[in-house]
Amino acid sequence: MSESDSIFRHARYVVAENPVTGMAFGLFILIALCALIGPYIVPYDPLASDTTATLHAPSWHHWFGTDQLGRDIFSRVIAATRLDFVIAITSVVLVFAMGGLAGISAGFFLGWTDRIVGRISDTIMAFPLFVLAMGIVAALGNTVTNIVIATAIINFPLYVRVARAEANVRREAGFVQAARLSGNGEFRILLAHILPNIMPIMMVQISLTMGYAILNAAGLSFIGLGVRPPTPEWGIMVAEGAANIISGEWWIALFPGAALMLAVFTFNLLGDGLRDLVDPQRRT
Amino acid sequence: MGKLLLKRMLLVIPNLIGVIIVTFLLTRALPGDPAAYFAGPAAGKEAIEQIRIKLGLDKPLIVQFGRYVADLAHGNLGNSLSTGQPVLTELKNRLPASAELTLFGLILSILIAVPLGILAAVKQGSWIDHICRVVATAGVSLPVFFTGLLLVYVFYFKLGWSPAPLGRLDAFATAPPQVSGFYLIDSLLARNPETFRASLSQLLLPGFTLGIFSLAPITRMTRASMLAVLASDFVRTARASGLNDRTVIITYAFRNAMLPVVTTLGMVFSFLLGANVLVEKVFAWPGIGSYAVEALITSDFAPVQGFVLTMAILYVVLNLIIDILYGVIDPRVRLEG
Repeated sequence: MSESDSIFRHARYVVAENPVTGMAFGLFILIALCALIGPYIVPYDPLASDTTATLHAPSWHHWFGTDQLGRDIFSRVIAATRLDFVIAITSVVLVFAMGGLAGISAGFFLGWTDRIVGRISDTIMAFPLFVLAMGIVAALGNTVTNIVIATAIINFPLYVRVARAEANVRREAGFVQAARLSGNGEFRILLAHILPNIMPIMMVQISLTMGYAILNAAGLSFIGLGVRPPTPEWGIMVAEGAANIISGEWWIALFPGAALMLAVFTFNLLGDGLRDLVDPQRRT
Repeated sequence: MGKLLLKRMLLVIPNLIGVIIVTFLLTRALPGDPAAYFAGPAAGKEAIEQIRIKLGLDKPLIVQFGRYVADLAHGNLGNSLSTGQPVLTELKNRLPASAELTLFGLILSILIAVPLGILAAVKQGSWIDHICRVVATAGVSLPVFFTGLLLVYVFYFKLGWSPAPLGRLDAFATAPPQVSGFYLIDSLLARNPETFRASLSQLLLPGFTLGIFSLAPITRMTRASMLAVLASDFVRTARASGLNDRTVIITYAFRNAMLPVVTTLGMVFSFLLGANVLVEKVFAWPGIGSYAVEALITSDFAPVQGFVLTMAILYVVLNLIIDILYGVIDPRVRLEG
């Protein structure tokens, strides 16, 4: 039986055993689709205001209702998927590159590298993470790029910890000694032998932190950082609808908030599912 | 015990140094020229140069850092540009509001999460266990500002049970004379049940919002550590000796299971202090979080830096307290010290 065949069978086994993972995967595809083609299929222009249709409750014409400027909330929620998705993915990829590399170097070389990386991690962990993110965005400037950077920085210690532990376990593994004996340099062993080996575990970590990254970015834009109106983004849309909650127009904040929740929920479930898939103890 | 305390306190120092270095770097990483920023848009080249010398920005970075630390030692966090007030005074005035909210939320959360986690562990696989799992998964997916708005909609707009989400007291009530800064405690000290009720009703919704947010990690940890303890030898021995369930669960298992839960409180505080900012914004709570958010929007940096530093120091101190608490609960830690 080929390698990919067995992975596929195992995936099917995991999904069959835990239907929630299957559901999460379906939701993930839906979110990814919204991010890809969402802006082209929405019924209204997410930026176009219509003064004749302000604050309409959800109806057949406006599934999620309209906001105080008469913009269609359904279109805005769908169109916002791309921005939220891109923020989360780029920050996670960034922290994977920074934290992952720092972590495996620390776990593999130990000594000074380990001490320096550990100190940086500890210093970041000494802050309440969301507060640190606020401070970073305030200092670097109020842009979407800096939200991505801040989100990456506060996730740095998590990635370092996982990568360090995994690399450290494999330091003297047979395949590493074999690679060393065949004359590979230390850096080559690190990048070509150890890194690919810990990739599956890092993928689980990525999926688990995606949800947190989205929450964090939405929280920052909720308090007015990064994304600026009228750009559709879930956090800022909830903030825009916040004032209308006390006068009873619930739909403006509810739908973007629910979308946000669904996305985070999906990534968390997917992370758990991926862990089942990767975790050797659950493999049969 | 004293020796252990001292040792643990010494461990705080590198953390504090790290925090101060990071906040210093954040003040110096401001986009553009800080001197031009502080001089204002109308200032000419000469005025900017003067400000630069006045602020010491012409000196090398290490000298600037020394000055920054000296300022901190004197409690000088700079002045807010928009209000002209010293940042430290404002933070001090607003800290009790934030502290009251955060602690209230944490206590609510512990009161719900610990019994829930214990029940879930004792009756593993029952409906209560399933509720526990749902709470734990949903709790980490809920954006805290969104929960807050939902609660406002249901309990203020729909049911009318709760007062308008606008601060610590409604406009007609007067604050109790300040003793601790916590309205609940101060109104009790002043023997003023009306103010106590008013401030409690304002506190309930934001408190629950924070509580729901921290429910997940505490429930999950309680359940896991309770399960581990219940499976251990000494619990089996206690059961075999014929002790009843109550004694076994409460006296034997619960006390030991609380140790890991106390350690997770550190992480819970990290989440709570961040979520606090969002909740304060939703409920117009006059704490340090909303102070920082207002300053952020007007690009007023000194309050934001002061806020980040205060929160970080608070967090370091909280972690220290948790560690000390751990030593108080667990005699083994004391022996090792």
